[in-house]
Amino acid sequence: MADLTLRRALPADRERVLRWLQEYGVYAGVALLLLVNIAFTPHFLSAENFRTQAVQVAPVVIVALGMALAIGSEGVDLSVGSVMALSTSLVALYMGYGPWIALIVAIAGGAAVGLANGSLIAFIGVQPIVATLALMVGARGLALVLLPQLEDIRDPGMATLGSGEFAGVPYVVLIAVALALVVAFVVRRTTFGRQLLAIGDSRPAARLAGLPVRRVLIVVYVVCGVLAAVAGFLATARLSASDPTSLGNLMELSAITAVVVGGTPLTGGRVRIGGTVAGAVLIQLLTATLIKHDLEPSWTQIAQAVVIILAVYAARERGKR
Amino acid sequence: MKDEPVAVAYGPEEPAGPGRGERLSALAQQHGALVALIAIAAVASLSFDSFATTGNIENMAVSSAFLAIVALGMTFVIITGGIDLSVGSVFVLGGVLAAWGSRHGTLVALLLPLAVCGLFGLVNGLLIARLRLAPFIVTLAAMLGARGVMLSLTDEGADTYLVADGSFFADLGQGKLLGIGVPVWITAALFVAGGILLRRTRFGQHVYAVGGNEDAAALMGAPVARTKTLVYTLNGLLAGFAGALNAAWLDSGVTILGYGMELEAIAAVVIGGTLLSGGMGFVGGSLVGVLLLKVIQNVINQIGSLDSAYQQVVSGGFLVVVVIAQTWLARRRRAP
Repeated sequence: MADLTLRRALPADRERVLRWLQEYGVYAGVALLLLVNIAFTPHFLSAENFRTQAVQVAPVVIVALGMALAIGSEGVDLSVGSVMALSTSLVALYMGYGPWIALIVAIAGGAAVGLANGSLIAFIGVQPIVATLALMVGARGLALVLLPQLEDIRDPGMATLGSGEFAGVPYVVLIAVALALVVAFVVRRTTFGRQLLAIGDSRPAARLAGLPVRRVLIVVYVVCGVLAAVAGFLATARLSASDPTSLGNLMELSAITAVVVGGTPLTGGRVRIGGTVAGAVLIQLLTATLIKHDLEPSWTQIAQAVVIILAVYAARERGKR
Repeated sequence: MKDEPVAVAYGPEEPAGPGRGERLSALAQQHGALVALIAIAAVASLSFDSFATTGNIENMAVSSAFLAIVALGMTFVIITGGIDLSVGSVFVLGGVLAAWGSRHGTLVALLLPLAVCGLFGLVNGLLIARLRLAPFIVTLAAMLGARGVMLSLTDEGADTYLVADGSFFADLGQGKLLGIGVPVWITAALFVAGGILLRRTRFGQHVYAVGGNEDAAALMGAPVARTKTLVYTLNGLLAGFAGALNAAWLDSGVTILGYGMELEAIAAVVIGGTLLSGGMGFVGGSLVGVLLLKVIQNVINQIGSLDSAYQQVVSGGFLVVVVIAQTWLARRRRAP
């Protein structure tokens, strides 16, 4: 009966639509927002505007790259915002020795937090959300102990890094793009990437297959910490100031949002780097669009909440359950 | 069909043989926080004259009350194996609604936040239970949504609504009964009710069953989806009520509070011996967890030279220690 076949076909169609949405929804969303803005937002199509948007989204992208790896391993890292704060404190303390030393110390700080996260998760078996929550509280406190208040950074090198550009593209954006390419390559083409996905898919299976589960998990969280520290360093350069009180606040949420909206399932086993970058851009464009059309910032939060729910709805029951 | 397969490993399985060492480690896992609380309080009252004074204890009790109410709801959520990141925002929203509503009488001041915050909890619950979306992400979205609603009600946080003076509603926050603040009484009553609900009712059994093993619970005929929906609704109601009570205490709906409260509540529940993987836990532990966090904060404040930054370092370090100990004890119980 035609009626019956129709009824049978419907869920399959819905499944196909959801599958398409999970795969390409985030790019479609970005394209849609671009078109809407080009049509309705005055002065949207200017190089200056695109540059501003790109500079604002760059730190989120860098942090979200690490977050994508953590989520791909079926974990999460709540400490990234605090690591940015720790990074900016260390930069302020070591700027006297020059920006390179400051960068190395900041990266070492991020790696140390990542190592602590990874060890708790890999060796002791603490759940990622709890382990990184503890480090989130601790690292923000440490950042404030090291640097109790805002401090100006006056260094010509940092100023160039923060506001300079190459062929019209800000350095910050170039760095974010380069890091995204590196992480995408690691996920797709290296043994480490395959091991990471296998562990995210099923940890017991990965262990039985003899994969170095602990080492991979520790590397994932160290990379997460290092990327957050780099983002903190770049944000410090852009602001020409270290502000451990507010830098990186709620960054973990922005990063998780970018990853999830980009189609990486929270259940692990898949990582979509292109989607993650597009997810960050989508949220940035959405916020910018609402603000440009004189909607209060509060509405951007509500809109963001709706987008997150739609994205996880599209992604649900995909991957493994 | 658990969201976190790790949880399976910590299921509520009984220890194979209840040997003496196991019983001790089980006791340590359940009541370790209480021992730590007593020890820290004892050392603190010996070390600082200002610690064990009536004023200080009263102050600690009242300021613990609001977090305790939030942690009570969080305990239910975590026992089902879920998590709720929205309670901090819902708490603030409840406070703002209560302060705004207090000019229309106590009833509005209480019912308005309960209705709106309960609705947030209900939506969380429906999305998690019916659509099977991850609790972490759903409540993260609700966190943004609730804060957005709160900000749009307060002209982007610029307006502060004051609680009508001398009203019965203000007394709920500031009044005293037998020398003890009313919020403390309310909190105690809620914990007794919560304990009975969890331990003595069918709903409580379902909460444990869902957290222990969702598939098994469904096979045994437990209403999994309804239980989850109710748990998140209850959590929204409690967070909103705590916010309203807090507004009554502070005389205003303060818009900048509540950030990070969800994390404090989760920490308190975990410290209190409830496993994040679900299926195990009790409300008394969460109360002890809240008191422990507040006593540590108070002690750090007493050591005047340490500022709030150290407070965070110590809290974070303390959480690490507790979590390591808990994981270790849970593992010992599983593999004797």
